[in-house]
Amino acid sequence: MSTVTKIKKGLDIKLIGEAEKTIKDLVTDQFAIKPTDFIGVFPKILVKEGDTVKAGTPIFIDKYRDNIVFTSQVSGTIKEIKRGAKRVLLEIRIEADGKDEAIDFKAEDPKTLNRDKVIQKLLDSGIWPFIRQRPYSVIANPADIPKAIFISTFDTAPLAPDNDLIVHGHGNIFQLGLDALSQLTKGKIHLNIDANATHSKVFTNSKGVQINQFSGPHPAGNVGVQINKIDPLNKGEVIWYLYPQDVLTIGRLFATGKYDATRVLALTGSEVLHPAYYKTKVGAAIEPLVKGNVSDTEKRIISGNVLTGTKIELDGYIGFYHSQVTIIPEGNYYELFGWALPGFNKFSISRTFPTFLFKNKRFRLDTNYHGGERALVMTGQYEKVFPFDIYPMQLLKAIMVEDIDLMENLGIYEVDEEDFALCEVIDTSKTNIQEIVRKGLNLMRKEMS
Amino acid sequence: MKALREFVDKQKPHFEKGGRFEKLQSTFDAFETFLFVPNKVTTSGAHIRDAIDMKRTMIIVVLALIPPLLFGIWNVGYQHFLSHGMTPDFWPMIGFGLLKVLPIIIVSYVTGLAIEFAFAQARGHEVNEGFLVSGMLIPLVMPPDVPLWMVAIATAFAVIIGKEVFGGTGMNILNPALTARAFLFFAYPSEMSGDNVWIAEKADAYSGATPLGNLLVFDVDKLPTDWSMFLGTIPGSIGETSTIAILIGALVLVATGIGSFRIMASVVAGGLVMGLLFNLWGANEYMNIPAYQHLIMGGFAFGTVYMATDPVSAAQTNRGKLFYGFLIGFVAVLIRVFNPAYPEGMMLAILLMNVFAPLIDHYVIQSNVKKRLKRAKAVAA
Repeated sequence: MSTVTKIKKGLDIKLIGEAEKTIKDLVTDQFAIKPTDFIGVFPKILVKEGDTVKAGTPIFIDKYRDNIVFTSQVSGTIKEIKRGAKRVLLEIRIEADGKDEAIDFKAEDPKTLNRDKVIQKLLDSGIWPFIRQRPYSVIANPADIPKAIFISTFDTAPLAPDNDLIVHGHGNIFQLGLDALSQLTKGKIHLNIDANATHSKVFTNSKGVQINQFSGPHPAGNVGVQINKIDPLNKGEVIWYLYPQDVLTIGRLFATGKYDATRVLALTGSEVLHPAYYKTKVGAAIEPLVKGNVSDTEKRIISGNVLTGTKIELDGYIGFYHSQVTIIPEGNYYELFGWALPGFNKFSISRTFPTFLFKNKRFRLDTNYHGGERALVMTGQYEKVFPFDIYPMQLLKAIMVEDIDLMENLGIYEVDEEDFALCEVIDTSKTNIQEIVRKGLNLMRKEMS
Repeated sequence: MKALREFVDKQKPHFEKGGRFEKLQSTFDAFETFLFVPNKVTTSGAHIRDAIDMKRTMIIVVLALIPPLLFGIWNVGYQHFLSHGMTPDFWPMIGFGLLKVLPIIIVSYVTGLAIEFAFAQARGHEVNEGFLVSGMLIPLVMPPDVPLWMVAIATAFAVIIGKEVFGGTGMNILNPALTARAFLFFAYPSEMSGDNVWIAEKADAYSGATPLGNLLVFDVDKLPTDWSMFLGTIPGSIGETSTIAILIGALVLVATGIGSFRIMASVVAGGLVMGLLFNLWGANEYMNIPAYQHLIMGGFAFGTVYMATDPVSAAQTNRGKLFYGFLIGFVAVLIRVFNPAYPEGMMLAILLMNVFAPLIDHYVIQSNVKKRLKRAKAVAA
């Protein structure tokens, strides 16, 4: 097989609450689509409360790219359309009727279809939004021809789900999904696996793809890092990317003709009593998942992982792109002389706390900032966890002053906010780096369009 | 702890907007966060954060400054009694040293912190922790006999002109503590150089020359032994004399990852290379001293470990740090040997490279930019 790309810079944050490798069924009839999950999408709603929908019925479209359709993941009725301040669409809540009715988009062999037909089918069924692009991490533009498609089959984030387990037994569907994707690009499909941890034949026996091996700490599993090492992005180029469960969804569309939004997700975190995997559908309600299975402390529920996930409330729903839920304690407490005491239970990369001596210690971390926000004083910190050939602090400062040329020169097209997540975690100055990077990406997208 | 927290919570509304003392909000916040790590939780981005903050960082540096400080206190006493031909016990030396050094530390902290608080208040910022370190560095680079009023105005100059006019901690171009020292050096040269300022209340007949002072007039014979220069039982600024105490501090900084080993190592390399070049040249006796002696004389070690590594005024890129450090060592020895007006080159070398650090970074970053443009061109072609 190909050579292994070793990622040296990075950090594996070891947390308590890894999911046990059993998949249970999650019984719920509450689902939602959250337009806020989709960066840069201005939703135009097509349904109203009380409408009955099937799996695949359009719910809303993007006002500025109206061929991108977002469809219902289940059959049922529109229960509530929740809006926030300034009437921003927050959630379209759907109550499933349990009939599993679905619009038939026709089962077809993707190899017999041309590119336009494959794309049309993905757009119509509402599966297209799973395919995103770099730069900017927005939903891919069907009119673009990407230079390559990247699929990261392993997730190195804290407590991340094990994709080997999730795809187990779905080899044919996965291959069908890859066949469909191969119609979308003239370049390669890069299937990136963990040199040490990926064993599933579903991945290693995949056809029509280039398998690349990676090893090393997080963010080795980030698609941004993989692109940077295999086929770096230049100005004007586009790469599409998606994840194994998205490929399965595409595979099932071509096998059955239906939008089957089945998702396996990992329920993780120190506050979960029995962390495990659950089989459900995209956008499931969180409440039935955590009921009776969490500790009594004040908690933070995160759709996604602790680095990049979204905070949701107990009546919230899991995000469109997430296959993990993490529950950790809230950190809204005061700590007397916390900065001066030895801190035998504190997590830090800096070796100013004695815990650096215990390499394999697992932590129960909370959401406290552990200090006040300050100017960017320390240097050389980000570089330890940032495996790109990019100067992270200089890029960050370029974004802060909105210097477009400098951002471009320093490589903003090659990064995403998730690539900066570790920098944000270890930052002494407590700067919200991901927010800044997102602002920069949005600014570039606006300038370039 | 609970009672204390309740007390603080009770006072808090008075200092918040609309409260009786809202103008003192920054001051209150400084004291509150000194007592308690705030209860602020993450809202966007990463949900968990490293336990390190600026207070932890700065307190580690202050900790690393303790060995040279303690040694300095002892040495101030030791040198004083030595010049009078006395050899008292340990404690009288410490007592004399404390009497000399403590007032300098207090003046430095009180002046500096007062200004820091005032600026934070005026700007509505939180008080920055940077001065915790500067306030300790300033006394350690002063001669033991420096008048206290000079310490006060030098500190004020350093904090206001060296730091606050640029926007406070993290925005300054020059190292504040060295700015303070440079200010005194040029404003009051007779109190900051010569042979009479390095021993507190020196006996008149005794020569108080530092090793660098000896070398300036080519008195190589009068140079103390390597061992006493390494140990630090020689006249000099309060904290700079003992290489071994500074090495202990360096160990703390490197082990915790707070101080940049990259910079320290490259400063030493730069000093050695220049020293060796002078050995090759050998035009006078100063050029002929072994290169390693430059490392244990004067402020070289202190500057290397505590001043050159200041992350704000140093080069920020990893590669830039190597050039920056090397040039500091190189230029410091160059100034020592060539310029009779400045017996100590370290201070000026660091300040000079502080000014050039952004330029070094610029070239390092440009090479990265060029690589990216070249890659894009190769694809386009």
